[in-house]
Amino acid sequence: MPIADPIISLRGVTKVYGEGPTAFQALKGIDLDIAQGDFVAVMGPSGSGKSTTMNILGCLDVPSAGTFLFKNHHVETLDRDQRALLRRRYLGFVFQGFNLLSRTTALENVELPLIYRGEDKKTRYDMGMAALDKVGLKDWWDHTPAELSGGQQQRVAIARAIVTHPDVLLADEPTGNLDSERSVEIMELLTDLNKNSGITVLMVTHEPDMAAFARTIVHFKDGLVERVEQKVTA
Amino acid sequence: MLGTTITLAFRAINRHKLRSFLTTLGIIIGVAAVVTMVTLGNGATAAVREQISSLGANVLQLRPGQGFGRGGGGPRPPDFKERDLTAIENQLTGVRAVAPVVQSSGTAIYEGNNWSTTVYGTTSAYSEVQQWKIADGRLFLSEEEEAGRPVCIIGNTVRTNLFQGTEPIGKRMRIKGVSCQVVGVLATRGQGGFGDQDDVVVMPIKFVQRRFTGDRDISQIMVAVDDAYDTSTVQASLEELMRERRKIKPAAEDNFNVFDTKQISDTLTGTTTILTQIVGAVAAISLLVGGIGIMNIMLVSVTERTREIGIRLAIGAVAREVLLQFLVEAIVLSCLGGLIGLFLALIATAAIAPLMQVPFLFDIKVNIIAFVFSAAIGVVFGYFPARRAAALNPIDALRHE
Repeated sequence: MPIADPIISLRGVTKVYGEGPTAFQALKGIDLDIAQGDFVAVMGPSGSGKSTTMNILGCLDVPSAGTFLFKNHHVETLDRDQRALLRRRYLGFVFQGFNLLSRTTALENVELPLIYRGEDKKTRYDMGMAALDKVGLKDWWDHTPAELSGGQQQRVAIARAIVTHPDVLLADEPTGNLDSERSVEIMELLTDLNKNSGITVLMVTHEPDMAAFARTIVHFKDGLVERVEQKVTA
Repeated sequence: MLGTTITLAFRAINRHKLRSFLTTLGIIIGVAAVVTMVTLGNGATAAVREQISSLGANVLQLRPGQGFGRGGGGPRPPDFKERDLTAIENQLTGVRAVAPVVQSSGTAIYEGNNWSTTVYGTTSAYSEVQQWKIADGRLFLSEEEEAGRPVCIIGNTVRTNLFQGTEPIGKRMRIKGVSCQVVGVLATRGQGGFGDQDDVVVMPIKFVQRRFTGDRDISQIMVAVDDAYDTSTVQASLEELMRERRKIKPAAEDNFNVFDTKQISDTLTGTTTILTQIVGAVAAISLLVGGIGIMNIMLVSVTERTREIGIRLAIGAVAREVLLQFLVEAIVLSCLGGLIGLFLALIATAAIAPLMQVPFLFDIKVNIIAFVFSAAIGVVFGYFPARRAAALNPIDALRHE
């Protein structure tokens, strides 16, 4: 069903890896609209095209064909540096493996995107501490990843993703490496950010329990969107 | 952007202290080697120049015959006469002082101590020509020179070996069987390019001529050139004058030679300079090897930090910034190495120079060149790994295990 004024809009997006007889078509024509402020869970078996789609949505990769509109701007025509600047300005990333810099304090990890934005030291500190406060780790700012639990590391990663106040947060199996209790905490944190900070959340997950936190669930199968499930909210 | 990149580079270096240090070690050793070698070489050159200048700066030596010790077939060319000396003094411009020299060797005896040495017969002008200083006692009096009195001035080596700590001034010693009185001691001049210059006994030329050589010939004339005049011009007019006086036909060769001490000086300092350059070049190769070491470690570092690069690219670093970060890391490492190397060189040269008996000459130019060179090595050898880091695909980099 069409959505009015979506933040993200894919039309006829395909992705082909390789050339000639060995070419593999990962996406076979995706049409997908994501509304501003939505919480979307992306589900599907391995090789269904969900990771490829997430890479395109995260502006890390470009479609082979089709159009990708982000805030009504064409992304498929942007070059590598332009996409990097777009990520810097509008997107935040959370990965399954946390991907924090080792031997680096939580605050320095969170500050990293601000450094690329050219913020000064004071601003970096203030914004970094605010983001850590949001994920409840203000008192842990000077701890390195090795001194933090998995759940804490993922919170630092989320703080790093939201420190720039992005429009969209892309989370690639954010609870994949956590036990169920920590997973629920992370999901509650994402829900809170979605509700109270107005961040659109796109999350890949295998676990229906985690997908249940989302308002919209997109099911992928064989390089196509199989169905979009809208959760009825009271 | 550069400021934040430098911040990032320092953070990255700080995260891997040991590895950063080992990476830098090549540069440290290279820079230290180059600067130490060149500084010591310059000190050695200065030492050689100093020793040669002790022979007397801008001094022309006039000797009979062609070149050194060439016998030839014909009759031995005649020595010089006192009137040649007067002619040089009166007719040549640009002359500061002229001293005749007659040389003889013999044994000096004092209270049972023997010492074999060289006797120079000359005038007081000799001290002016050679810039010899009297440490104790006095020069010859003009009356002693005129009459050829048995007085002598001894070098420090003679003093040590003959008088062995007792006061020599006023004592009478025997030289070649003739008694003479010591009136002065020369200031120490050390080992020159031509042996021990303190192993001499200087006497009035008339005495040496009368008692030792038996004629009034002068075997060598030393001409000190005034600093305001060009040595080679004075040399040319001296040669012209002597040809005229010795009645040499226009086509005939000189039967005397004029030897410029500055030429030896130039030759010897030229040799040490070349040696310094060669040793410096060898050390520069070690600096180059240090640069390759940096490239090596940076390449390993890029592979090892692939995931980190992926994170940086994902959160919005453009390729140029990643390139710059790795480049700056390499430059910072090589510059730090350069600074540490300069510091080590300073310590090493200060310690080694006294052992080699050369002066410690801190040359800011050498230090700056070595430092700039080490920084340039960081740029050159850091660029390739940095470009590889910047070219990484963020998706692949993030997946890298």
